[in-house]
Amino acid sequence: MLKMSGLTKRYRTGDLALREIDLEVPDGQVMALIGPSGAGKSTLIRCINRLVEPTSGTVFLNDIELNALHRKGLRRARRNIGMIFQEYALVERLTVMENVLSGRLGYVGFWRSLFRKFPRPDIAEAFRLLERVDLDPMVDKRADELSGGQRQRVGICRALIQNPLLLLVDEPTASLDPKTSRQIMRLICELCKERGLSAIINIHDVQLARIFAERVVGLRMGEIVYDGLPDRLTPKVLTEIYGEEDWETTIGGEKTGGGDAGENEGDDEDAGPHPEKERLAGMI
Amino acid sequence: MATSTASPSSSGGVSWRKAPFIADARLRWGLGIGLGAYLAAAAGTLEIDWLRAWEGLPRGRQFISAFFPPDMTSRWNEIGEGILESIWMALTSTMAGIALSIPVGLGAARNIAPPPVYLFCRALLSVFRSFQEVILAIFFVKLFGFGPFAGFVTLSLATIGFYGKLLAEDIEDMDPVQAEAVRATGAGWFQWINYGVQPQVMPRMVGLGLYRLDINFRESAVVGIVGGGGIGATLNTAFDRYEFDSAAAILLIIIGIVLAVEYTSGLIRKRVQ
Repeated sequence: MLKMSGLTKRYRTGDLALREIDLEVPDGQVMALIGPSGAGKSTLIRCINRLVEPTSGTVFLNDIELNALHRKGLRRARRNIGMIFQEYALVERLTVMENVLSGRLGYVGFWRSLFRKFPRPDIAEAFRLLERVDLDPMVDKRADELSGGQRQRVGICRALIQNPLLLLVDEPTASLDPKTSRQIMRLICELCKERGLSAIINIHDVQLARIFAERVVGLRMGEIVYDGLPDRLTPKVLTEIYGEEDWETTIGGEKTGGGDAGENEGDDEDAGPHPEKERLAGMI
Repeated sequence: MATSTASPSSSGGVSWRKAPFIADARLRWGLGIGLGAYLAAAAGTLEIDWLRAWEGLPRGRQFISAFFPPDMTSRWNEIGEGILESIWMALTSTMAGIALSIPVGLGAARNIAPPPVYLFCRALLSVFRSFQEVILAIFFVKLFGFGPFAGFVTLSLATIGFYGKLLAEDIEDMDPVQAEAVRATGAGWFQWINYGVQPQVMPRMVGLGLYRLDINFRESAVVGIVGGGGIGATLNTAFDRYEFDSAAAILLIIIGIVLAVEYTSGLIRKRVQ
């Protein structure tokens, strides 16, 4: 379980990005974090694995206090926290395999990693993950040769090979087309289910959050203004998070929650069993 | 008007002009006129004795014609030795310089080094860069005596200044997100450099390394003239003995080698992109 209390971040410029955030994420829960740009979503998840140092407050992952850790302890703790990024953040000039295996760097010594001599089980796991996301033919391609959706799937493999307890996902669909976005979100959520991972997913797209998350937290100006089920996201709530706008269209009329209801995206996506779903169902 | 303006002209259209680089018209004209006046005054102080220049022409022709035909054979032993020494100096000093510049360059990158390390490494680089090779060479020849070792040390230090600075700047320009992603996996510092930073700067650094090899070879000729060994020493001797045909041979070989290095480095650079 992830537990934050009184988490505050003030940047050196004086901007208060997070104000006394209290938030608990139970094991196995997929939580979407929504809110306008600049609300502090990215800062919040980066304060968890301390890519950004929080100014005050505590973060516990199970019984480890993350913000009290020093170098080595922090390295160890980061191994348990997988992260998936906006714009993929793959190392462009490394191959797909190297990118995936870089998820094991926390476990492997420097010299082994320098000569790319990863332990066999790691390599086997990397192949398994890549096969799972359908990228096994791309193993030796350079990351910059892949399409957006493919890159994000490599990013997912890199996070999962860490064998994490928690996934931090920062705008995974920001640069993907609508169909690929849904496929990626579906993949992330299914993988979390199978592995019992909890996840915090920052996402701009309210519809996607409603479709895929079990819980939605709304952030505005560094404060939590909504915490509840996705289908309780009424126009009133959205107005409180984002400000005045015609929210009826976003929510898609009466249809709420689960399934792919609120979208009109062409029949191939919604009719019949999803090729992805089928393929993903039998995995791991 | 100092700023760009759009105003309806008499024909009813809209005219637009790019705002001048210097907004203040008085300053702009003042600078222009001042510069012109300075150039005119400076030209006035140059004393050119056209008669002497005219008389010098035949001597110049004689001097140039003494270079032809280049004579490779009569001093071939010295030339061969000098060339080999220069190539050796260029290779070793490039390798040593690059090896030493990596830690300095990493330390001089603002985005990965803590401020005290950053300041120290930047200061070190500025010191190495503030002295031209010839001055360093004179100093090291005094320190280590004549010969290629002084040249090697000179070129190594110059390489650190050059390569370390460019490495640091390339690291500062890298995409921070790629590096952040590697850090988030729990990688150690060296692993982070190896996976998150190195792939981003590598192609440019390979190219610059080859470019530096090319520079070091050319500089080895200059360094030799002040006593640092290599082909420069041979070239200097040839001039001192008025053996301009041998000097011409040396110059041709230098040009040839520089062209060859440039061509191969171009090929390699294309492949590492």
